[in-house]
Amino acid sequence: MDLNLDAPHSMGTTIVGVTYDGGVVLGADSRTSTGMYVANRASDKITQLTDNVYLCRSGSAADSQVVSDYVRYFLHQHTIQSGQPATVKVAANLIRLLSYNNKNMLQTGLIVGGWDKYEGGKIYGVPLGGTILEQPFTIGGSGSSYLYGFFDQTWKEGMSKEEAEKLVVKAVSLAIARDGASGGVVRTVIINSEGVTRNFYPGDTLPLWHEELEPQNSLLDILSSTSPEPMST
Amino acid sequence: MNSIDATIAEKGLMSSEMGSERTLYPYVTGTSVIGIKYKDGILMAADMGGSYGSTLRYKSVERLKPIGKHSLIGASGEISDFQEILRYLDELILYDNMWDDGNSLGPKEVHNYLTRVMYNRRNKFNPLWNSLVLGGVKNGQKYLGTVSMIGVHFEDNHIATGFGNHLARPILRKEWHENLSFEDGVKLLEKCMRVLLYRDRSAVNKLQVWCLFPFVTSAFYPLFS
Repeated sequence: MDLNLDAPHSMGTTIVGVTYDGGVVLGADSRTSTGMYVANRASDKITQLTDNVYLCRSGSAADSQVVSDYVRYFLHQHTIQSGQPATVKVAANLIRLLSYNNKNMLQTGLIVGGWDKYEGGKIYGVPLGGTILEQPFTIGGSGSSYLYGFFDQTWKEGMSKEEAEKLVVKAVSLAIARDGASGGVVRTVIINSEGVTRNFYPGDTLPLWHEELEPQNSLLDILSSTSPEPMST
Repeated sequence: MNSIDATIAEKGLMSSEMGSERTLYPYVTGTSVIGIKYKDGILMAADMGGSYGSTLRYKSVERLKPIGKHSLIGASGEISDFQEILRYLDELILYDNMWDDGNSLGPKEVHNYLTRVMYNRRNKFNPLWNSLVLGGVKNGQKYLGTVSMIGVHFEDNHIATGFGNHLARPILRKEWHENLSFEDGVKLLEKCMRVLLYRDRSAVNKLQVWCLFPFVTSAFYPLFS
């Protein structure tokens, strides 16, 4: 079995962005893989662009990091020059510009989410190729394949903040259950007029899905107090 | 290879100058667009799907857009390239308006502009991966044309791209005639879109239908079914 430890770092990933009545919730898993090896099991794939705009990264770790670094730099200058916080639309279009003009070299799917005073909470998807699409919610990364049906069924407009975050955590945890390239913990970022809240959900706080067992602290807890019975032949 | 100097990298990153550029394959694509001339103007239809390979990923993509006062563009193929074409057209119309000379670019002129853009990109082996339909009415004259990603362009009474070339064209050849009424035109488009929904794997059941007619200068009539 070839572990392929020299493969470029790719964030297999599940990323989700959802609008709710008053803001947005961004969610992601925390696994970064190099071939079959998990290079980082606690990565943070939701990176900050400005005070009010965050980015979910998927695909090549290097490509998405460099794109986000450039856009953060440009947005910083833009904020200084305009004298007010950048809008989500501007951030998303900068992401699009880099993704589109370098489409032959980049392999990264991105979700831009944030809140500004003009349009409120907005989510923009920028998949491979550099298309930009404003959507009420969007999913990305390899784990997203397992979530299309889930969102088709469960998504509704005008959710509350708590409902939206619960939906995001449930979705990422479902994807982690089935996608080998997604795993670790679930991280969420909630952005609204009041500010930004980061949350962290380790495995034991997530619901159990099909064929999953209750977490135990130690195998010793499961063994009966007396010595185990020999198997009958 | 790539210089680490910030200014050069910045210039290169914001434009398409780094490395040998060629679009190898499309990522998010739209399927067929159908356009017909009818008695009073032009009717165009396209579904609202954006496919990502075999996944029907996006279901609210607008692939028909008005251009200036007289035209309508429909695109199949890579959506990011279509969005870029819309930016080029936006600039074209803006400059035209800035002349403020009472003249405005009609569909024939816009079609010609698109043809040049597509053909020149093809010559550089870096095509915009789209098939475009350009329809419009100016001074009572109806116009309907198409441009492909390699610069092939022509005008006709009915146009189809993508799967529509194979499935819709025979229907249009048989049933199109001069002086189609609005109702008959819509019924004809609907027939074509139904067949495409049956037989095209990347079709979705949500449509955009636009109608251009000459009496009112900017009356676009979008219907969603």
